[in-house]
Amino acid sequence: MLLELDGVSASYGSVPAIGRVSIMVGEGEAVGLLGANGAGKSTTLRAISGLVRLSAGSITFDGTRLAAMAPHKISELGIAHVPEGRQVFPEMSVQENLEVGSYAPRAKPERARSLELVYGIFPRLAERRRQLAGTMSGGEQQMLAVGRGLMLKPRLLMLDEPSLGLAPVMTDVTFEKIQEIHKLGTAILLVEQNVSRALTLVARAYVLESGRVIMQGKSAELANNKDVQTAYLGI
Amino acid sequence: MLETLAQAVINGLLIGGIYALVSIGVTLIFGVVKIVNFAQGEFVMIGMYLSFFLATQFGIDPVVSLVVTMPVLFVVGVLIQHFLIRRVLGQNDMPQIFLTFALSLLLVNLSLMLFTANYRTVHTWYSDEALHIGGLYIPLAKLFAFALAMVLSAALWIFLHTTDLGKAMRAAAQNRDVAMLMGINPNRVFCVALGVALALAGAAGSLLMPFYPAYPLVGQVFVLMAFVAVVLGTLGNVPGALVASLMMGVAESLGIQFIGADSGLIVVFLMLLLTLALRPSGLAGGRAR
Ligand SMILES: Nc1ncnc2c1ncn2[C@@H]1O[C@H](COP(=O)(O)OP(=O)(O)OP(=O)(O)O)[C@@H](O)[C@H]1O
Ligand SMILES: [Mg+2]
Repeated sequence: MLLELDGVSASYGSVPAIGRVSIMVGEGEAVGLLGANGAGKSTTLRAISGLVRLSAGSITFDGTRLAAMAPHKISELGIAHVPEGRQVFPEMSVQENLEVGSYAPRAKPERARSLELVYGIFPRLAERRRQLAGTMSGGEQQMLAVGRGLMLKPRLLMLDEPSLGLAPVMTDVTFEKIQEIHKLGTAILLVEQNVSRALTLVARAYVLESGRVIMQGKSAELANNKDVQTAYLGI
Repeated sequence: MLETLAQAVINGLLIGGIYALVSIGVTLIFGVVKIVNFAQGEFVMIGMYLSFFLATQFGIDPVVSLVVTMPVLFVVGVLIQHFLIRRVLGQNDMPQIFLTFALSLLLVNLSLMLFTANYRTVHTWYSDEALHIGGLYIPLAKLFAFALAMVLSAALWIFLHTTDLGKAMRAAAQNRDVAMLMGINPNRVFCVALGVALALAGAAGSLLMPFYPAYPLVGQVFVLMAFVAVVLGTLGNVPGALVASLMMGVAESLGIQFIGADSGLIVVFLMLLLTLALRPSGLAGGRAR
């Protein structure tokens, strides 16, 4: 397994956010992490990338234990985290955002090639490389956030609600691009509230509720599951 | 009349360059590390004493002694971040405010003890020289200080906009958590921010020495102006601090010329109040750059 979470718990102050979460992502696999608002999806990603401390459990990435590693060391292992709400660097140009994305030593030597790759996947970013990121549309900023994550040359790309706030057309484009990135061999951990859309992209998924994994399985199984249908698919 | 006005503007711009070196440091630290360094003026003072001793002991010209004061203060800045500021980050505001405030008091009192309250001056070959252009009078020492202040400000801008480390600093200023996700080590970036800011303060000290006396409280003259410039120029905005510093130098000089020798600061604070009332986020508006 590339990524393995074993009984991970984390809290904000004294308020527990996730409890005993165990999930796995294989090499080159696309896995979904689904659930309603406040279920603990973002917290799980933040625990993996080191932004939130674990109160219990362990995380291993390709055999390396991530416990107590600082975020900048974790990214060096090849875990890119595209955070919720895009969070591009607003006062920097598109190109500068991408360059900062390859700041880590693992990515810096490959910067020129990664830029070419990202501009190839997102031609829109190439057209706007001098524009300040903060002045771009929501959809463009989402592309930039994903592109910036790719600049790390990640082995695992974690995406936190990439469709958030996007028009349906833009959501389609974004999912196509993620598909394209996955085809290049990058493992994907996709957090989504848009469950039906997510299940078309990932092979397997976990469903979180109140900080716990309440269901897991192949996408097709989940899509046909009565509970999932009523709770998340509005069927 | 016109000539008096032009002369006052020139005087203001010349001293504004020094204000800029101090305020750029304050705004850089605020923008990147998110703390207010109340001790910034004391590093100008240390730069002055360093230059003073290099001049009196080794005969090194104060402006040349930049090559010593800047690296020394860079290292001091790194050490202060690594051993002091790092410990109070992530806590609430109070320990952060008291830390740099205590540092300021400590440094002032240490220098009182070591150097006494006497004024120390360095006389150079250009201390009394001046250019006369038309009816205007441009003291050489202040011209050197201004020119080098502009060169250093430009160098900082180039560093922030063309190097990986500079871009990492801007990224950390704009979103610290996300910067960490990009592999940026925040403590390293903060160390560089403190180092650069203190090096600029040290440069200001060296550049002042040919025309301004060193004494333990000298930093307070400049830090006051720096804080006003940082607010006027929008917190965390380096070009904003530069422009605001020059404007304040001119405003102060016009105040001295046309209102009275003791009234320079009245104009400066009037400017501050008007700006805060009319454009609360500073002249540049918007965010940190
Ligand atoms: N910074 C924080 N401080 C305190 N509590 C937090 C913080 N961030 C999240 N929480 C709480 O932790 C729980 C899990 O939040 P999390 O953001 O992980 O949910 P989520 O599944 O990502 O939700 P959403 O779909 O709305 O993004 C929630 O109860 C939330 O209120
Ligand atoms: Mg979330």
